[in-house]
Amino acid sequence: MLHFSRWKMIAILAVVMVGILAAVPNLFSKETVDSWPSWMPKRQLVLGLDLQGGAYLLYEVDQQDYVQRRLRTLVSEIRTSLLEEPRIGYSGLGVQGQGVQLRIRDLSQLDLVRQRLEALRNPLSNSLLGGTAVNEFDLSVGSDGLVQMTYSQAGLAQRVRSIVDQSIEVIARRIDQLGTVEPSIQRQGEDRILVEAPGLGDPERLKNLVGQTAQLTFHLVDGSFQTGQAEPQRKPGTVVMPALDSPGVNYILEEAPLLTGEDLTDAQATFDQRSNEPVVSFRLTTGGAQTFGKVTQANVNRAFAIVLDDKVISAPVIREPILGGSGQISGNFSIQSANDLAILLRAGSLPAKLTIVEERNVGPGLGADSIRAGKIASIIATVAVCAFMVMTYGFLGWIANIAVIVNVIMIFGIMTILGATLSLPGIAGVIITVGTAVDSNVLIYERIREEFRSGRSAIASIDAGFHRALGTILDANVTTLIAAIVLFYLGSGPIRGFAVTHAIGVATTIFTAFTFTRLLVALWVRWRRPTKISL
Amino acid sequence: MRHLRLVPDNTAIPFMRMRKFTFPVAAFLSIMSVILFFTVGPNYGIDFLGGTVIEIQTKDAKPDLGKIRGELNGLGIGDVQVQTIGDDNSVLIRIGQQPGGETAQQEAIGKIKATIGDEAEFRRTEIVGPRVSGELAFNGAIAMIVTFAAIAVYVWFRFEWQFAVGSIISAANVVVMTFGFYVVTQHEFNLTSLAAILTTVGYSLNDTVVVYDRIRETLRKYKKISLGDLIDRAINDMLGRTVITTMTTLIALLSLYIFGGEVIRAFTLAMIFGVIAAIFSSICVAAPVLIYFGLRQDALDEKKKDADAKPQKA
Repeated sequence: MLHFSRWKMIAILAVVMVGILAAVPNLFSKETVDSWPSWMPKRQLVLGLDLQGGAYLLYEVDQQDYVQRRLRTLVSEIRTSLLEEPRIGYSGLGVQGQGVQLRIRDLSQLDLVRQRLEALRNPLSNSLLGGTAVNEFDLSVGSDGLVQMTYSQAGLAQRVRSIVDQSIEVIARRIDQLGTVEPSIQRQGEDRILVEAPGLGDPERLKNLVGQTAQLTFHLVDGSFQTGQAEPQRKPGTVVMPALDSPGVNYILEEAPLLTGEDLTDAQATFDQRSNEPVVSFRLTTGGAQTFGKVTQANVNRAFAIVLDDKVISAPVIREPILGGSGQISGNFSIQSANDLAILLRAGSLPAKLTIVEERNVGPGLGADSIRAGKIASIIATVAVCAFMVMTYGFLGWIANIAVIVNVIMIFGIMTILGATLSLPGIAGVIITVGTAVDSNVLIYERIREEFRSGRSAIASIDAGFHRALGTILDANVTTLIAAIVLFYLGSGPIRGFAVTHAIGVATTIFTAFTFTRLLVALWVRWRRPTKISL
Repeated sequence: MRHLRLVPDNTAIPFMRMRKFTFPVAAFLSIMSVILFFTVGPNYGIDFLGGTVIEIQTKDAKPDLGKIRGELNGLGIGDVQVQTIGDDNSVLIRIGQQPGGETAQQEAIGKIKATIGDEAEFRRTEIVGPRVSGELAFNGAIAMIVTFAAIAVYVWFRFEWQFAVGSIISAANVVVMTFGFYVVTQHEFNLTSLAAILTTVGYSLNDTVVVYDRIRETLRKYKKISLGDLIDRAINDMLGRTVITTMTTLIALLSLYIFGGEVIRAFTLAMIFGVIAAIFSSICVAAPVLIYFGLRQDALDEKKKDADAKPQKA
């Protein structure tokens, strides 16, 4: 137990040195580390949001909202399809729960109905299941003429999956344009997106940019009324939408949009040449420009509404046909809100509404306080434990202390190498590791002491002490390691932060007990040749 | 230099005879904890109930809690709890789950920000929506159950089934008593508290396995002594180590408690309680369980072949 071959000794010391070197950059500021030559280790610990401040936003796809929107478009698809020649008579077409329902008048046409609606079931390719197509909708045609198209489970699940993928892309484009923060955007579970922005002071702007659907549409205006007034008679195919900035004003709009955000190629925040107010100017695609030109030509002196997420930003009157394919949106913008709208329009709209289901923001001040307190507590804990160990074990106590300190440094080194995040519960994990690391030394020393008291020679006692205690240490620590690993995989937030440092700490504890402490004691034995053990 | 010895050598405390007293005490405390848990209940935080917590720090003047409370209660966002936290300038505001889904939470927080305005810095905002809070509690429970199962399998594999049962009962006892601690103190029970409980589970298991390891070794060495005396002997042999380790862990935790800042104070207090409960539990629950479950003294011989050979001592 006390013999080490030369290469083994070198290997142990090399591992310890790598751990320590990896931890070194954490002692310096980011600027200092950046100025080091490239061969030096530069990676620093990632601090959790609770330590450096920042925003944690968990979004969820609003499936209900998405389904309802999709079903409304399905209704108009069905209407168009049934109006084709030969026409099929129907009644009661509308959204019913999770599906669309209608009744066919002439039962002899049921086969034709099945054929037409089959085309609307919208097969979605499914690469995960080896290319088998999943239909978005289930179709049932009853012999009594009742036809139902409902969302299929698999179809919805796949839709949600692709919505999350698209949303992540859109959010990344939006945040990219912001330029200042480097947030991480990840899928979480089936229908959630986690946005984390470390070091961000004010999350409001980020929330505005991430959470807005930013669905831009242009509609022709059919009239307007004040809230509280009797709603005027509406034509079929129109909808009512409120004004964004003037409370109480409602517009009646033609439901089918003239243009959507897809028809835009570019958007920029600029100033209006006459009023000098911030506005957003946009350019249309060739197709969009043609449509817009045609519509404005046919509707001079009529108003059209610019609608963002079902709210009317402005409703200017068409004075002359707009043929150039560009225009501007004005509507009480500040410089920043014009800028943000331009970013949203450039990055494209989210495919579905996202709602925040969990949000945690920590200001930089609180984080800094926590780090300071954590540092002070760790230093005091280390000093107090070391003092206690020296009081109890004398010189061997110093060896234990060196082992424990190397252990802690290695935890930080490994966390730095792995890019793991250190949070406040993580610091607690380090401190509890100090406790168990000390325990491994105590187990060894107490065992040596016991062996010596039972009459063995000093060196034989040390040998036997290590031999027997290491078995115990292994069992005890593997048990704890199992707990820490399970917690890491199943836990979330603070539990995970704790489990990371604890698991790494247990691993380094086993390593130091089996190699480094043993090596130090072996060197001491070779140097002093003790005949007596004073423990 | 004489070294510090907290425990004299050759102690012979009859732990197993004391079990007629300590085991019922442990059982009583556990049962009381369960009863308290279901009658009084812990002070659940927003992680499990949903809701919003805001921490603000006033810039110069001391915050007027009454005024803040009055203003916020007028907003129609339900019951508002306002309390100071840490230094005198920091105030914690807590409101419950708002009816009306996820967006309603955002609106409520907007109202609070508008009311408090520029007088204070917003140090921390946490909103947990109704759907997430249920999941967090569920996932926490799952994590605990899976941990227990994995540990049981490992201990069973390395020792005997009685040891596996004993370590789980002992760890469960620690968990239940720490829950009881949260109910009695009414410290907020949140995800961090769950982390504290899970830590004590880890510590408890670590300690139980150390004691079991020694019991197993003693069992192999002495064939003629009764199981109770054997366990006593093992625990007494380990008493020095148990006390020293507990001391160092408590020293580390106490410095964290005193100097670690407001955010983790409740967390460390629960861990201090948990560590003490774990030590008590390994000696007074885990060890007697072996007797109650009828561990056979020759059982280990069959397993001896996978253990490392050890020289017999006279």
